[in-house]
Amino acid sequence: MTKEFIIAGFGGQGIVSSGIILAYAGLFENLNVTFFPSYGAEMRGGTANCQVVVSDEKIASPVVVNPDIVIIMNEPSLLKFEPVVKPGGMLFFNQTLIKSKPARKDVEIIPIEANKIAEELGQGRIANMVMLGAMVKKTKMVSIESMKKAQRKRFERASEEQLALNDRALERGYALF
Amino acid sequence: MAEKELMYGNHALVEGVIHAGCRFFAGYPITPQNESPEYMSIRMNEVGGVFLQTESEIAAINMLFGAAAAGARAMTSSSSPGISLMQEGLSYIAGADVPVLVVNIARGGPGLGNIAPAQSDYFQAVKSGGHGDYHTIVLAPNSVQEMFEFPRLAFELAEKYRNPALILADGLLGQMMEPVEIKGEPIDPKTLPEQDWWLTGCKGREKRVIRSYDLRPGKLEEWNWRRWEKYQKILKNEQRYEDIKIDDADILIVAYGTSARVAEAGLRIARQKGLKVGLLRPITLWPFPSDILSELSKRIEDILVVEMSLGQMIEDVKLVVEGRSKIHFIGHPGGGLPNAQEIYNKILEIRSKK
Amino acid sequence: MKLLFGRPAGLTDINQRYCPGCGHGIVHRLIGELLVEMNIREKTIGVAPVGCSVFADEYFNCDMIQVPHGRAPAVATGIKRTRPDCMVFTYQGDGDLAAIGTAEMIHVAARNENITIIFINNAIYGMTGGQLAPTTLPGMRSTTSVKGRDVVTQGYPIKVCELLNALDGPYYLERVAVDIPRNIIKTKKAIKTAFQYQLDNKGFSLIEILSMCPTGWGVTPVQAKKWIAEVMANYYPLGELRNRAKEAK
Repeated sequence: MTKEFIIAGFGGQGIVSSGIILAYAGLFENLNVTFFPSYGAEMRGGTANCQVVVSDEKIASPVVVNPDIVIIMNEPSLLKFEPVVKPGGMLFFNQTLIKSKPARKDVEIIPIEANKIAEELGQGRIANMVMLGAMVKKTKMVSIESMKKAQRKRFERASEEQLALNDRALERGYALF
Repeated sequence: MAEKELMYGNHALVEGVIHAGCRFFAGYPITPQNESPEYMSIRMNEVGGVFLQTESEIAAINMLFGAAAAGARAMTSSSSPGISLMQEGLSYIAGADVPVLVVNIARGGPGLGNIAPAQSDYFQAVKSGGHGDYHTIVLAPNSVQEMFEFPRLAFELAEKYRNPALILADGLLGQMMEPVEIKGEPIDPKTLPEQDWWLTGCKGREKRVIRSYDLRPGKLEEWNWRRWEKYQKILKNEQRYEDIKIDDADILIVAYGTSARVAEAGLRIARQKGLKVGLLRPITLWPFPSDILSELSKRIEDILVVEMSLGQMIEDVKLVVEGRSKIHFIGHPGGGLPNAQEIYNKILEIRSKK
Repeated sequence: MKLLFGRPAGLTDINQRYCPGCGHGIVHRLIGELLVEMNIREKTIGVAPVGCSVFADEYFNCDMIQVPHGRAPAVATGIKRTRPDCMVFTYQGDGDLAAIGTAEMIHVAARNENITIIFINNAIYGMTGGQLAPTTLPGMRSTTSVKGRDVVTQGYPIKVCELLNALDGPYYLERVAVDIPRNIIKTKKAIKTAFQYQLDNKGFSLIEILSMCPTGWGVTPVQAKKWIAEVMANYYPLGELRNRAKEAK
């Protein structure tokens, strides 16, 4: 089983971190993983996206053109990536910040109040964790425990307070379904 | 199995370089390989090595010349425009038979081009990018694991033949992350045996000279012929490749590096549909794996070359195949990437004309 | 028969192919003598340039490397960082150092790299046939400025020592000449000082040596010596421009 992901949003929404956390979680479950960020001019400020592949077999291409799963954090990314999701795939979108409604009928559309929930927890910038929590619940690709371990790996130097908050955001997303 | 670590290609390269016992880096910033020198500056400091951020790639390659002549395992990393600047130095280094390692995390060109992954420096890498008759040993990784492993292989080949070696990767291999297994024991540079050509100060021996010139009539020709003999040995002994499902293949894809990864994805789609497609991935671009390709071309009618360029390796494929097979091509110059579906579609098209 | 005067052991027996009256042979000899007198021949690695002194790799009796045009300071950096216990010097002409190798020259000095540059300034490209050099004087004829250097179209000469003296990096900068015995003795002293500073890990030194090129200048050797004293040294004043050791006192 191979699943291809694209995670997209503004720079600063933790897009790259989300991809790396997902990749680590896969690695912790002995799956094969690849992570490839868009880089360069886009890296500073503008839109950011990354491509992640998680698989129980050797991964051929790290290049994701038609993802099985997309996590969309902002409006411009919805325009860009809604059309390319694989039929039968899943589209998670950050309903707090995205006013448009995804129109695809052949894709499961999953709205998440990511920023709203994150603000409730006290920190808007952990909206990505809420999204990731929801995504792992829906896709069952990796466990929530692996995600928690992975975020701790990613943010090695963060305070325990922050790490605990990240865990809570993952759990809140996970508990949505 | 040792625990795997998720690493960027550019970081894995650094770990591989340190693991290989290299303690000398000189380089100039350029995207998309900046993570390498940034990380290298930290790692070299930790292991007591030399890290020099230079005034130019020209200075960097010449610092390697000096360091390697004095007996160091020395390396630099850069990207396409910077590698162009190093060609003069590489020519001298090849002409002086000095082993160094140069890494090209290639990007779209020509000119300033862009910073997207590309394979358009193949000609420069394998056909002697500078002036004069010479070859550089060229290794093409296609995973982060190989980004870690190839520096060691490159140094070993470079030293075995006293020849510069190049790792030709691209922005995708540099910027992507994959799990890496740290294999083998790290090399302590102090254990590397002193060579009889190193410049160390002539204590208790005759002076040594490292140079690339000889103005005496006929002497340079002789010297170049000796180097040709070395190249023949490399061509005979060092061809490396990976083959995937070639045994029953009636269509063969030839691709290296990132293109080979995407090609393998295309191959899998084709195999699922029952098409007999194989993949030959050159690991050494020079020496090009001619022997296996020549064999395969005797029974496989169609060969599809996939490159992130206008078509460069395809010329070597044609030289080897000598018209025995039909050569097809998918190319993406200027930082474009092929995709699996496109490769599958091309295979269908080739199939339909059979 | 007793040998009273011969080649120093710091030079090889190979016949040097310099023109009559050329200053390179004098400077080679001074370095060759110092390699022995300072007992550093067996720990020295020399870097030969491109230009008339390209064959310096044959002439000096120590480990040598011959390198791309202008890149000697970079190569020397690589050697010195690899073998800090070795004495590393480059031997470069004005085209090599101050034209094609300007960037390497400035940055090696800015880094205060612990090496020594022996810089032969003869105001002309010797090997390629007397073309305009970055050090050719205003009005001076060369094969690419046949009516004399026109500063309007060909710009002004580069004063290397003054240029480097604008940097914080260098430890020792001195300009000398090899036109007359007194100056030759001063030149030897300057090179010796530079080598000693390197041995003492003080850092970067450059000795600029005004040197004769009668062939390139189209004059006799005697006229060439006179021209250094009367013309060239006026444009490029002799003396010590930087000596951190003296500043420290």
